[in-house]
Amino acid sequence: MITEFRANDSKDFRLRASFVAALVLIAFSLLLLRFAYLQIWRYYDFHALSEENRVALLPVQAPRGEIFDRHGNIIARNGSGFALEIEPHKVPHLEETLQFLATLIKIDELDLRRFRRLKSELRRFDTIPLRPTLNDAEVARIVVHLHRLPGVSVNVRSMRYYPYGDSSSHLLGHIGRISKRDRERIEQSDLASSYFGTSHIGKLGLEQAYEEQLRGRTGFDRMEITAGGRMVRSLARRLPVPGQNLRLSIDGELQRTVEQAYGKRRGALVALVPATGEILAFVSMPNFNPALFIDGIDSTTWDALNNSPDKPLLNRPLRGTYPPGSTYKPFMALAALESGTRKPEDTISDPGFFMFGNHKFRDSKPEGNGIVDLRKSIVVSSDTYYYIVARDMGVDMIHQYVEPWGFGQRTGVDLIGEVNGILPSSKWKMERFKQPWHPGENMSIGIGQGYNSFSMLQMAVATAGLANRGVIMKPKLVKAIEDPNTGDIIKTEPELMRKVEVSDKHLDLVIDAMVEVNKSGTGARVFAGAPYRVAGKTGTAQVISIGQNEKYNAARVAERHRDHSLYMAFAPAEQPEVAVALIVENGGFGAAAAAPIARLVFDHVLSKKGAARGQ
Amino acid sequence: MASEIIPRGWRGIWLRIQPWVAVFDGPFMLFFLGIAFLSTITLYSAGNDFDGRFAGHIRNLSIAVLIMWLVAHIPPVMIHRVAVPLFVIGVLLLLAVALFGDVSKGARRWLNIGITRIQPSELMKIAMPMMLAWLVHRVEGLRTIQHWLMAVLLLMVPTAFILAQPDLGTAILVFSAGLFVLFFAGLPWRLVLVALGIGVLGVLLLIVFGDAACADGVNWPGLREYQRQRVCTLLDPMRDPLGKGFHIIQSIIAVGSGGIFGKGWMQGTQTHLEFIPERTTDFLFAAYSEEFGLLGNLLLLSLYAGLILRGLWIAIGAPTLFSRLLAGAISLTIFNYAFVNMGMVTGVLPVVGVPLPWMSYGGTAMVTLGFGAGILMSIARTRSQTVQGFVLQRSA
Repeated sequence: MITEFRANDSKDFRLRASFVAALVLIAFSLLLLRFAYLQIWRYYDFHALSEENRVALLPVQAPRGEIFDRHGNIIARNGSGFALEIEPHKVPHLEETLQFLATLIKIDELDLRRFRRLKSELRRFDTIPLRPTLNDAEVARIVVHLHRLPGVSVNVRSMRYYPYGDSSSHLLGHIGRISKRDRERIEQSDLASSYFGTSHIGKLGLEQAYEEQLRGRTGFDRMEITAGGRMVRSLARRLPVPGQNLRLSIDGELQRTVEQAYGKRRGALVALVPATGEILAFVSMPNFNPALFIDGIDSTTWDALNNSPDKPLLNRPLRGTYPPGSTYKPFMALAALESGTRKPEDTISDPGFFMFGNHKFRDSKPEGNGIVDLRKSIVVSSDTYYYIVARDMGVDMIHQYVEPWGFGQRTGVDLIGEVNGILPSSKWKMERFKQPWHPGENMSIGIGQGYNSFSMLQMAVATAGLANRGVIMKPKLVKAIEDPNTGDIIKTEPELMRKVEVSDKHLDLVIDAMVEVNKSGTGARVFAGAPYRVAGKTGTAQVISIGQNEKYNAARVAERHRDHSLYMAFAPAEQPEVAVALIVENGGFGAAAAAPIARLVFDHVLSKKGAARGQ
Repeated sequence: MASEIIPRGWRGIWLRIQPWVAVFDGPFMLFFLGIAFLSTITLYSAGNDFDGRFAGHIRNLSIAVLIMWLVAHIPPVMIHRVAVPLFVIGVLLLLAVALFGDVSKGARRWLNIGITRIQPSELMKIAMPMMLAWLVHRVEGLRTIQHWLMAVLLLMVPTAFILAQPDLGTAILVFSAGLFVLFFAGLPWRLVLVALGIGVLGVLLLIVFGDAACADGVNWPGLREYQRQRVCTLLDPMRDPLGKGFHIIQSIIAVGSGGIFGKGWMQGTQTHLEFIPERTTDFLFAAYSEEFGLLGNLLLLSLYAGLILRGLWIAIGAPTLFSRLLAGAISLTIFNYAFVNMGMVTGVLPVVGVPLPWMSYGGTAMVTLGFGAGILMSIARTRSQTVQGFVLQRSA
């Protein structure tokens, strides 16, 4: 196989090898010339530049955009303050220095823990805050000792304030220190210059979703500096471009009213304007203090928040999914009507249960509701009626008629991390569990239980769609983006998401029944005396399944296993201005816990209406 | 031989070690150890602020030497035999990357094989010249147009895959490794000179018309926007002093401020104040240059030149067409790495992620280049075994 080569080949090869050898030497000589040019000819320039390098390029931070609610109240703002910061690599005896500082000002265990955590996470030359905020007296006490504390400095820095504390924490999100992963992403997307000299980035909520608009662009000052460090003149300058302000559709006062109403209970509420998709309230409870996260949270507090069974860090309206329970019935009723499965006047007899094979599906009302037609099925919330509807329709037909309302799909709201939820179908079950759909599973689907799992945002958007007679608008939190320099305001236009095909006759029937719910049905007590008409539906969703022959007894069940209390409604029924969907986790019966909070929302929005029009 | 008495002292130690290191090519190893020494002390300085990086570098260098030693034991005949399978595996892996590869930093380069992630394009840097050398050997020189078409096809397919990832730096290295083989196999001189001419002309045009071509919104056919930005930043780093120009500006300042004698080991302010980005990997040369100056650069360039010329010398003496072409291509690949890296650090070439051979921190290149050097030494060994026959032939 291996042949000796011919002599002339060898000669040619030697010629070529000598040629490339020469090229290599020429190329290296050229490099050497380049080195000599830089290192001899331009040595003094570069030597000076490297001497000055520490201060030659000063970043000028751009102020971050601020966030206002719909009435112009500021809910995330900037300010400046003093921070005690440490560059650990410059500190000879870190522990002693920390102890000494603790004798000057109060440094508590939390500060120290956060400091140590950041020290282990950040890069070696980073400046780490020990106390992110100092008052004037504290600054004075430290400054006199600074000369003998190398690596310790008191710096003016811009701060982010959330004036209402815990309120709206999930909606607003917060800013936080740029992490290693953020930095990689920044470098990847070529944004390095926008973050030069910046230590924070939007994390979660609107601060994250609108990071690009809020951020602005860092400016710089290229200074000529004497050997002594005195600034002589600015050689080049780029002004920072301030970030843009967000004007939200959120009503801050409403938001706080609702949060207060929840108190220590857990849950989610979304209220929006059906005609435009503007979100008026977006509440997730329990909430947390976003300020904790700005300069890195200490691990004890973090563990407490993260491991709490209340899950305060979960953005419930966006990422929490729940079975809708009976609030699903208006949509089921429309599906039954639109598909022709039921006529309005068709009746069933509700004895308090429904037998499928030898399985007994119990009604929430053990003694039954007697003869039930479609209207009554909503007013008294008859489970039996919908067990039979669901049996007759089957999961796939239900899916077909309910899907257009947006269940089990992202709404496309302007936040990051929205989840899909689950709107079951036989195809879904096959993909997910590799099992065929069982007809016995249809019944619980009909009453909004079983695999059904939606976010309150989806519920609210569907409710708004109902109020808007099938026209579904995309939900939006930001109403306008404002350029603080020019004062230009870019309004976000209402966006049509989908038009659900549904006949007026059927809609009127269902809405009328929903109004009756709050006049004589399950919601009557809560809305007694309201100056407006409410179309709504209560819901109670099971958390654990109850044995066939057992009875649900709230007092006997552990608090965490109690039913979820849900409510969906819009008002005024004849010309809807606000739609709302909410859940009170483990709140028990829907009318008891959830409906009163909805009343607060309607009272707030509809009584303010006059004032708002006056503007 | 076994009964020979081994003397005491240094000579005795050498005699004991000698059988173990005999597979290494002496002069090549000398240059290599010189570079390894410089890289060790530079990395100690530049990597001072990275925990474990120095130890990692020592480990990587050891692995490189081990691989060199192992591969040097493989006779060239064996290397010849595995050329085609290696290339086929390489192409299949590249195909797999294109289909199921992991995306990291915006490019699809990695293949997850369960235990670890591999970067098949790296394999191609060696497999490509092996394959082409095998082809030329097989047809005894590229004599017909079909031969050339075949060779060009083998060259283009993997290059296209790697370009699509996208990874311009590796694509250039793989493409040129193959091109070197074709050059040694007798690429017509006219073509070589024309290509060189076009290259020089292109650079001149870019310098003259650079401003217009770098204006916002101009598209360069065949290049992605970030690649255009790199070239433009090279022409005028001050376009974006905080962003893309920052690396180049700071690294040039580091090199220039080193002067003739350098600032001294561990004294580089640019290095130690973190002004040099990637100062332990692709931009290590900036740190070296700052601390050891022009004289240091001269030393390092000489070591590389020595290494490359020794490689070419091994190629000239190689006994088969295959090994000759392969040795030539590997030598030039080492040159390619060194030249592109030092050029990019000093701002004459655009920033493509090419490390400085055996200097930069990083395991992948150490392994690839160690493999290449091992092949060179394996070929050198056969050469010394056949050298007498060769000399006789020449004098005849």
